[in-house]
Amino acid sequence: MTDTILEMRGITKTFPGVKALQDVNLTVRAGEIHAVVGENGAGKSTLMKVLSGVYPFGTYEGTINFLGKECRFSGIHDSEREGIVIIHQELALVPLLSITENIFLGNEQAHFGVIDWNAARRKAAALLRKVGLEEDPDTLITNIGVGKQQLVEIAKALAKEVKLLILDEPTASLSEKDSEALLNLLTEFRGQGIASILISHKLNEVGKVADRITVLRDGRTIETMEQDQISEDRIITSMVGRSLDDRFPPRTPKIGETVFEVRDWVVHHPSHPDRTVIRNVNLNVRRGEVVGIAGLMGSGRTEFAMSVFGRSWGVGISGEVLLNGKPIDVSTVGRAVDHGLAYATEDRKTYGLNLIDHIKHNISAANLKGVSSAGVIDDIRELNVANEYRKKTNIRSSSVYQITGNLSGGNQQKVVLSKWLFADPDVLILDEPTRGIDVGAKYEIYTIINKLAEQGKAILVISSEMPELLGISDRIYVMNEGRIVGEMPAAEASQEKIMRMIVRGEAKATEGDEKVRAAS
Amino acid sequence: MSTETAGVAPKPDQASTQTALKQNLREYGLVLALIAIMVFFQWQTGGVLFKPVNLTNLVLQNSYIIIMALGMLLVIVGGHIDLSVGSVAGFVGAVAAVMMVQYKIDPITTTLACLVLGGLIGASQGYWIAYMKIPSFIVTLAGMLVFKGLALWILGGMSVGPFPREFQLLSAGFIPDVVGPVTLFGTPFHSTTLLIGIAIVAAMFWFSVRSRRARESHGYAAEPFGLFVAKNVIIGGMVLFLIFMLASYRGLPNVLIVMGVLIALFVFVTKRMTIGRRIYAMGGNVKAAALSGIKTERLTFFVFINMGVLAALAGLIFAARLNTATPKAGLGFELDVIAAVFIGGASMAGGVGQVAGAVIGAFIMGVMNNGMSIMGVNIDWQQVIKGLVLLGAVVFDVYNKNKA
Repeated sequence: MTDTILEMRGITKTFPGVKALQDVNLTVRAGEIHAVVGENGAGKSTLMKVLSGVYPFGTYEGTINFLGKECRFSGIHDSEREGIVIIHQELALVPLLSITENIFLGNEQAHFGVIDWNAARRKAAALLRKVGLEEDPDTLITNIGVGKQQLVEIAKALAKEVKLLILDEPTASLSEKDSEALLNLLTEFRGQGIASILISHKLNEVGKVADRITVLRDGRTIETMEQDQISEDRIITSMVGRSLDDRFPPRTPKIGETVFEVRDWVVHHPSHPDRTVIRNVNLNVRRGEVVGIAGLMGSGRTEFAMSVFGRSWGVGISGEVLLNGKPIDVSTVGRAVDHGLAYATEDRKTYGLNLIDHIKHNISAANLKGVSSAGVIDDIRELNVANEYRKKTNIRSSSVYQITGNLSGGNQQKVVLSKWLFADPDVLILDEPTRGIDVGAKYEIYTIINKLAEQGKAILVISSEMPELLGISDRIYVMNEGRIVGEMPAAEASQEKIMRMIVRGEAKATEGDEKVRAAS
Repeated sequence: MSTETAGVAPKPDQASTQTALKQNLREYGLVLALIAIMVFFQWQTGGVLFKPVNLTNLVLQNSYIIIMALGMLLVIVGGHIDLSVGSVAGFVGAVAAVMMVQYKIDPITTTLACLVLGGLIGASQGYWIAYMKIPSFIVTLAGMLVFKGLALWILGGMSVGPFPREFQLLSAGFIPDVVGPVTLFGTPFHSTTLLIGIAIVAAMFWFSVRSRRARESHGYAAEPFGLFVAKNVIIGGMVLFLIFMLASYRGLPNVLIVMGVLIALFVFVTKRMTIGRRIYAMGGNVKAAALSGIKTERLTFFVFINMGVLAALAGLIFAARLNTATPKAGLGFELDVIAAVFIGGASMAGGVGQVAGAVIGAFIMGVMNNGMSIMGVNIDWQQVIKGLVLLGAVVFDVYNKNKA
């Protein structure tokens, strides 16, 4: 069983300004479960997109050999024809179509364009039996849970006669029971000779089912471990083994009393109100302090921040927000802003900027009162403000009349920051403030954060880049599955420690759930 | 600690005439297009277009479209659409007719009540759009049918009129010549109109010079001086020309005063007031606007109330002009109004558009209607040509945007 079916060699993929993958090698043997792990941004998804043809041949360097021949996919269709099927984290099912229709979407059981529904239904039922899903093939996707939807995706892959199945974070949104069923299914496939690539953050799962593990970090292959070499410690060391250099401007913190405090914060999912997303979060930030929230993607950090900021996310929210020891009403964004809160979003294009308008109008958007009297905008005052912040945050543009949609990511981020700085908040929540921007611009953003802390603002930074959190924070909370699983001064923190807390927290959280289930 | 990486101090944005022209190609292009179309029809109609009586007619014929275009601009900039305005205008005109003719209610009470009714109609549609998140296309499509039906019902399928004389003045009246006529070049002129026109142009010059001074005194480069002068002279000249023509006929029509005040108000609201800015922010990115503390729901609600009031006003003016309310009044107005706003440069996706553009867009449509009618172009070909002009204007926009 050591025949290699897939060999990716020397894969290098460059985006403007970033090397997402550098000389990555990956081999998969027939009928094995091969796990790929790495931090957010390590290049896992990019590698899978190269493999499945999302990035067509010619846009990357290196070679892909599958079943003994070189592959030059020009699109996802080509890779599927060869039997490589990828199942993305966000499922690609059409909610208002039935299971049968989804399974054969783009691959309809038809003669001359006329669908043979009986054959389709029969085949769908057979596939559902194979993946262990007991549902009527006519059921609409929207009426079944996420776990079952995942199984439909796999059935869809089987319908295409899959030889290599790629699963990107398949268990991220599944309950413990559904996850286990899914992993068992993968083990079954192994017996039938179908190989799988499993991308996962959950190291305990990976350790349980994987035959081999490849660790990626910063777009490079760090190592590939055989089954007998696998240990949690070794995986963590490989994932984070990176030193902190002087990418962060120095700062001497002057920390005062507690300014901002959140108590017993609970939030439910807006479309599944019975699902608790944030569970009893307690945290506080002091004057002049930069507090980081570490965690993996999907750990609930953004949902937490947005729910605090004017209930912009989630339903069934309970808990208390205190400013300088007094409870405040943050039930709308307007009220939150009036109380001195600001939230700079992780997704600046969707939630942060009016991309078709220029810098000046974007900077004043959250504080129009500051440039107007009696509802009339003072154009000169607004222009002065815009120019002042353009200079302060060093926005590189031809003038404040440049359309924000044409700026680089780093400069867009500076416009978002300027907007909130001009609103003059006491508490600033920065969600992934440096995502997708280059090192130089990052340094500038860190400098702005330091200055704000020096002015006595309370700053909460959410970041998936652990070195960044370690570099700029005074204190770090670790969040996982909607809870705070740890808190430590940044001086005592390390990437290993944080990663351990996340992994252990997961184990603990799972135990907790089991207990609850057993008790009920 | 300071940003060592801070770049060079921002250069004063001294724009050359060429780049300034390029940046404002859309606005200048629109004005030039209007002038070109007017000159074309002046030539084709053998000089009838610019006759004082025809220019007066042109204003009267298009007043209700322009008034509705002001509201529609806010609706479209806010990222919505309102298909019901024609039906609402027809319905409100019918209500006014029944109130005045059958119930003998005085015109002033009727007018005020009808404007309030328009606001309520706007609110009743805006509620679903703003708070229940029903697409505006659907809500106002339903409104279009509902109010068309209600107008038929309230009129009993018949025309109701004529109206009291005071009410007709809304559309057919002219301002009184308090100063008395003056004779220039052998023609008698309505001198009050001339004086008002000169005052308006002088005020326009004064405001633009003052705002230019304010910018310069704060060290900001304004647009190139030559362009500044040319722009003011062309716009001032056009206004003076129109005033001169109107004064040589019967003076300023009352409806033009209403229209002028509304245009000035909406320019001010969109350009200078926070509420206007918020509407643009909402249309540009509704999620970002909401996360900046803008109450997007309330704003949408307001925009539709405003649209309802203006549609009601347009309905009153149209009824007063015909001196009767007919079940067919308002039919298809919404298409002219929406076309005017899009020709004026607004974007279907929201966040883009200017009051001046919508007004000029409405005039472009109006001049074409008027000119082609005088030329004797059949109604069928008029429709074809208007359709192509609308398409052409939007294609020009998209082409420009892609090139930039």
